Amino acid sequence: MRFQLIGVNHKSAPLEVRERLAIPESRLPDTCRELTAYPGIEEAMVISTCNRVEVVTHTVNGHADLRGFLHEHFHLKPEELDAHLYEFREKDAVRHIFRVAASLDSMVVGEAQILGQVKEAYATARAVGAVRGQLDQLFSRAFAVAKRVRTETAVGSSSVSIASVAVELAKKIFGNLHGKNVFIVGAGKMSELAARHLMAHGCASIFVANRTYERAIGLAQKFNGQAIKFEDLHATCDRADIVITSTGAPHAIFRREHGEQFLARRKNRPMFFIDIAVPRDVSPDMAKLDGIFTYDIDDLQQAVTSHVADRRKEAELAEAIVTSEVEKFEARAATLDVVPTIVSLQDHLETIRQAEIDRVRGRLGQMTPEQEIAVEALTRGIINKVMHTPITTLKSAAKESEATTVVDVVRRLFNLQMKGKDGQVQPATKKDEVGTRQ
Amino acid sequence: MSLLWLRVALACYFVGLVYAFVALSRTSDLFARIALHAASLGMVFHLVSLVEVFLSGQFVWASVHNGESLLAFISMAFFMVIYAIYQTTSPGVVVFPVVFFLTFVAAVDQQPVLLTAFVQRRGWLVAHIILIFTGYAALVLSFGASLLYLLQERRLKSKKPTSLISFLPALEVIDQIGYRSLLLGFPFMTLGLLTGSVVAITTYGHVDFLDPKILLSVLMWAVYMVMVFTRWNSGWRGRRAAILASFAFVAALAAWAANYFSAIHRFAS
Repeated sequence: MRFQLIGVNHKSAPLEVRERLAIPESRLPDTCRELTAYPGIEEAMVISTCNRVEVVTHTVNGHADLRGFLHEHFHLKPEELDAHLYEFREKDAVRHIFRVAASLDSMVVGEAQILGQVKEAYATARAVGAVRGQLDQLFSRAFAVAKRVRTETAVGSSSVSIASVAVELAKKIFGNLHGKNVFIVGAGKMSELAARHLMAHGCASIFVANRTYERAIGLAQKFNGQAIKFEDLHATCDRADIVITSTGAPHAIFRREHGEQFLARRKNRPMFFIDIAVPRDVSPDMAKLDGIFTYDIDDLQQAVTSHVADRRKEAELAEAIVTSEVEKFEARAATLDVVPTIVSLQDHLETIRQAEIDRVRGRLGQMTPEQEIAVEALTRGIINKVMHTPITTLKSAAKESEATTVVDVVRRLFNLQMKGKDGQVQPATKKDEVGTRQ
Repeated sequence: MSLLWLRVALACYFVGLVYAFVALSRTSDLFARIALHAASLGMVFHLVSLVEVFLSGQFVWASVHNGESLLAFISMAFFMVIYAIYQTTSPGVVVFPVVFFLTFVAAVDQQPVLLTAFVQRRGWLVAHIILIFTGYAALVLSFGASLLYLLQERRLKSKKPTSLISFLPALEVIDQIGYRSLLLGFPFMTLGLLTGSVVAITTYGHVDFLDPKILLSVLMWAVYMVMVFTRWNSGWRGRRAAILASFAFVAALAAWAANYFSAIHRFAS
């Protein structure tokens, strides 16, 4: 587990720095290739989004000069860059990747986009052969962790933009939005965005009214909707189930008497007013009517804020999941590590060799020093020859995803006892492992 | 034996009762599922109990307790139909307590069956009972839906962010449940009263409109009709519909209680 990660994100670096580090999608494959050609790096992958740029690697000996790579690649001086960088190794790198994939490190915690971006980065790096055994396992696990976080916590469940809160509220009133009509009063950016969200959720048709009729026509055309003259607003408004209003009018344009008319004409079917105008377009009097539901900009903002707070609470649960998954991954990586297997294989054969020599010595009696050397060399030679292929196979298997199977087969063939009952590697093996690690 | 099965069913419905109280304060999908399964299991035992009563030779469920048991079962069946269509257990908030109460009373002891002894047209009596109980069950559900509508409306109006994560389905879905129950129940209730009148006329030779049972039944039917009419004509819903539904519900309770005072519609004497 010689993972090493370096990068910047929205917390560590201002936009200007992130902009300079951003790698366009078309350049990603080349960057991955350059990385794998860089000294000390076996596997590499680059995640580049608007909020983060990260280089994830599996190194030869756990210490690759990733800072140096960044300086060279982006032609940046250390003093320009280093203050914004964070670097993680081994377990910390695993934890960081799990958190990123599970959207716990995002600016908006729980947003779903990041997982897709990481998956794309993974696919790109894999396609050029920069991701093989180790990173492959790390990211496969990271995607599984992200899925677990998503299903077991509500971290990604509530919406966090005003437009999506508006859609959610509309759904709480109307259930299915299919066939519902939307009325935009006052053509503004925000109301357009809200309307777009509503249409995406199945709303049927759209009406637009604006003081300047031409603008109404322009916006209506965008949605394939119908422009309404502003003076006809009150006569036609009841045709809509959802009204998004954002005019610059100094007084309320929807008053109690209008609401009563609408409800009478609609046979009391409810209406939902999304009032994003300041000062408000819907009078509080009208909002009191049964069947009229009004949310002004503050109400919507409040819903958004509370969602963000809810997510934070859920994020704590998610962090606990990540922590336990990191432990599991570490334990699994330890068993996957082929070095202990090689060591115990060597130990095993060495024990056999010693036992056989002792047996032969008993039968032949005292041997001369020359004979001792010859027997020693002969047996060692045989063992080394026999061991050569299994050890090479194990070493090359470690780089592939089939490592588990190969390790398992070797252990079974030679009856190697590697683990205690609790799944932990036994201390004796660990000690040897340290001694023989390359 | 039928009483034993009924008591087992009661135990299952108890889970539903607990759910009804918990659901008002917090949302738990797991608990909703448990309550649903417990209620389904309860229905199976309940059905066994009803079949045993039927097979025991008493023929008609014409004791107060058997009647209550049947009404509880039909209400539960309605709840299940709604669950199948709308995938929501929220009407259980009202239906489960009502069903539990009815089953509880019915499960206390067995009552003698006396009414059927002198009824002339048994087929009409069976039709009367089933029709009127279906009408009652629909009314219970419609009443429940109107309460849930009020609750949901208040949550949405309060603009508290929690209104987005309530266990209640969308306002319009609740409205549909209530309205459809109402529409479905009305013909059953009407036909139920008509068949009841036929049974009364053939048994007594006339219908005494001053008898408390008949008076209150007609009153209940009238409120029911007003509800259907105002809803159909001017789309009354929310507070006004809930007030009307409460009236109808109280009238239904009164009509039921009148069994104890009526000279002609008595179960036990």
